[in-house]
Amino acid sequence: MILPGAWNTFLFGIYPYICLAVLLLGSLIRFDREPYSWKSDSSQTLRNGQLRLGSNLFHYGVIVVVLGHFGGFLMPHSLVMWLMSPAQHQLLAMLVGGIAGTIALIGLTILVHRRFYYRRIRGNSRKWDITIILVLWLQLALGVATVPMSAQHMDGALFERLVAYVQGVVLFRGDNAALLQGTPWAYQLHILLGFTIFLVSPFTRMVHIWSGVASLAYLFRPYQLVRKRGGALN
Amino acid sequence: MKIRAQIAMVLNLDKCIGCHTCSVTCKNVWTSRKGMEYAWFNNVETKPGIGYPKDWENQQRWEGGWERKANGRLVPRQGGRFGVLARIFANPKLPEIDDYYEPFTFDYENLQTAPELPTAPVARPISLISGRTMEKVEWGPNWEEILGGEFDKRSKDYNFEAVQKDIYGQFENTFMMYLPRLCEHCLNPTCVASCPSGSIYKREEDGIVLIDQDKCRGWRMCVSGCPYKKIYYNWVSGKAEKCTFCYPRIEIGLPTVCSETCVGRIRYLGVLLYDADRIAEAAAVENPADLYQAQLDIFLDPHDPEIQRQALAGGVPAAWIEAAKHSPAYKMAAVWKIAFPLHPEYRTLPMVWYVPPLSPITAHANAGAIGSGANGLPDVRSLRIPVRYLANLLTAGNEPPIVSALERMMAMRAWFRGMQLGEAPDPALLASVGLDAETAEDMHRYLAIANYEDRFVIPSSHREEAENAYQLRGGCGFTFGNGCDGIDAKAGLFGGKMGRRKVIPIRELDDAE
Repeated sequence: MILPGAWNTFLFGIYPYICLAVLLLGSLIRFDREPYSWKSDSSQTLRNGQLRLGSNLFHYGVIVVVLGHFGGFLMPHSLVMWLMSPAQHQLLAMLVGGIAGTIALIGLTILVHRRFYYRRIRGNSRKWDITIILVLWLQLALGVATVPMSAQHMDGALFERLVAYVQGVVLFRGDNAALLQGTPWAYQLHILLGFTIFLVSPFTRMVHIWSGVASLAYLFRPYQLVRKRGGALN
Repeated sequence: MKIRAQIAMVLNLDKCIGCHTCSVTCKNVWTSRKGMEYAWFNNVETKPGIGYPKDWENQQRWEGGWERKANGRLVPRQGGRFGVLARIFANPKLPEIDDYYEPFTFDYENLQTAPELPTAPVARPISLISGRTMEKVEWGPNWEEILGGEFDKRSKDYNFEAVQKDIYGQFENTFMMYLPRLCEHCLNPTCVASCPSGSIYKREEDGIVLIDQDKCRGWRMCVSGCPYKKIYYNWVSGKAEKCTFCYPRIEIGLPTVCSETCVGRIRYLGVLLYDADRIAEAAAVENPADLYQAQLDIFLDPHDPEIQRQALAGGVPAAWIEAAKHSPAYKMAAVWKIAFPLHPEYRTLPMVWYVPPLSPITAHANAGAIGSGANGLPDVRSLRIPVRYLANLLTAGNEPPIVSALERMMAMRAWFRGMQLGEAPDPALLASVGLDAETAEDMHRYLAIANYEDRFVIPSSHREEAENAYQLRGGCGFTFGNGCDGIDAKAGLFGGKMGRRKVIPIRELDDAE
């Protein structure tokens, strides 16, 4: 899809930085000023059914997808080229992303059904809970939809451009947005929606992702925690 | 040796009348909030019964507490660190709200506003979760009150293990007792061990186990980790909450609300000194039946000058050591040995202990089929409540300590009955159960008279040593949410609360009417 130049520059050159800034600053402010509001917001107590299947499929699938995005897009170009060809890189991304994305999408579909169908859950959902679950579903569906689209050009050239774009965002490359000019709409929408999820995350339950990462510290701490007298004195 | 002090509680079940005053006062103070309607930090169960939440004692099902591995290491039964994290997305052992009960109110307004009807109007139950009229209330916080429901269902009670339970379903042989339950403020809590965000902690100065509400992320692993099911997930705030042992009261030397308001005067609060270095060792003894004794062994004698010296050196305030000497908890648990931990087999080393109840002798024994002992006391095995049942509840099935406690209580009663009736006191009666006249006097004062100052020996905390009071000036005190930042949780940027919908819309009265 070809956008007017100014729009293209704004949406893919400037908007990502707005989103990332809000994500980081917003999370920081919320963590510091509103710690009581920082939580995963589980509704499992209200209804167990479907959660075990849906939530596990979604979360494990989406973790692979997210780690795949980080690894696949941010790994230095020279390292990737040393390991495989661009075509192979694309194939790997399609395979891993396609499988994990489909698993996550199935899980999330179950969760969407659970959230809308059961009165206990729907009646006690915030507007943001409803919004974010639908946005995530759309984002996953878009992501999975790019797999068959990519299958039509297996040379890895378009994939290389996308990789260069993502790396460009991280490396603050100036004319970065131009890389996306003319790429298929599904990719563009997926990227825009992705940054939009970053944008709204600090205001939704999505902040629990930070804590999910932080909970890895649990693996290394002793079982018992005792707060010492005078701990707050110094 | 690392000496720590804890305010421990003892409940004398022999005197509990099941009035639920403790539960109601606790509820009014702590959990009469949205999201916590179903939660009772303190509840009273009628035993035998499956309890609240349903079947909580069945750890095959709920996987609470610790498991001792073959190599002697303890691991939370629900899984080690990896196991806990792997189950974080959907906790397979989390009780659903229906395992507690669906909280409800009644449509009281209908009683006043119903039009003229051939029959009296009724107030139908309304779910506090979905806001809908409930066809039927299926379960409640105390559904089995005074043996409510069929024996068939109540007999699923885990404490019937190794008891021929069928005969207790017969009217002539039935028995019951009350079991008030609250957080055990364990020495080796599984909830603390299960928390991926490290928000639950035990306070060093008084042993109270608390959840840091600002650090809790709602992973809910503590709910399943706690074998007593005494951590509740607040489905509105998204945080786990538990009994606070009324720490703001304990800190200033006041008893907890449940203890203060107990009309039967069954609750006791006092300091126990223990060796924190031996917690792991005591919790991991191989045979569950030895756990009671192992826990008893790590309690320290506050009268021992060496213990006093080390406790002082380790930072226990002198007032606490003095209080430990007069602690009713120490007397009942460690000296008279009439109090026991609830389900020591969970290996959490609970710090709320129970004096087992005496019960009337069975019709069978009354008819002379079972004789009495040489001291003239009836055999405790002829009491209506089977000793094995109490042992399953309090000593992991180890009967001799329960028998000894029941005998001591019976002997004390017989001794005082004799005095009341002007009979010549017979020291042999007391000696036969390991008591002397002075101890029996003491026990009588604590158990029967139960004066306020004997029941509650609570040294006030030294808050000046625990936190910088200068920073607290002008603070908001105890609040929900983020103290006094002034942000309305409903209107704030960062997502309001769940369940904001009003269950019954409030209608304004029209002045003109």
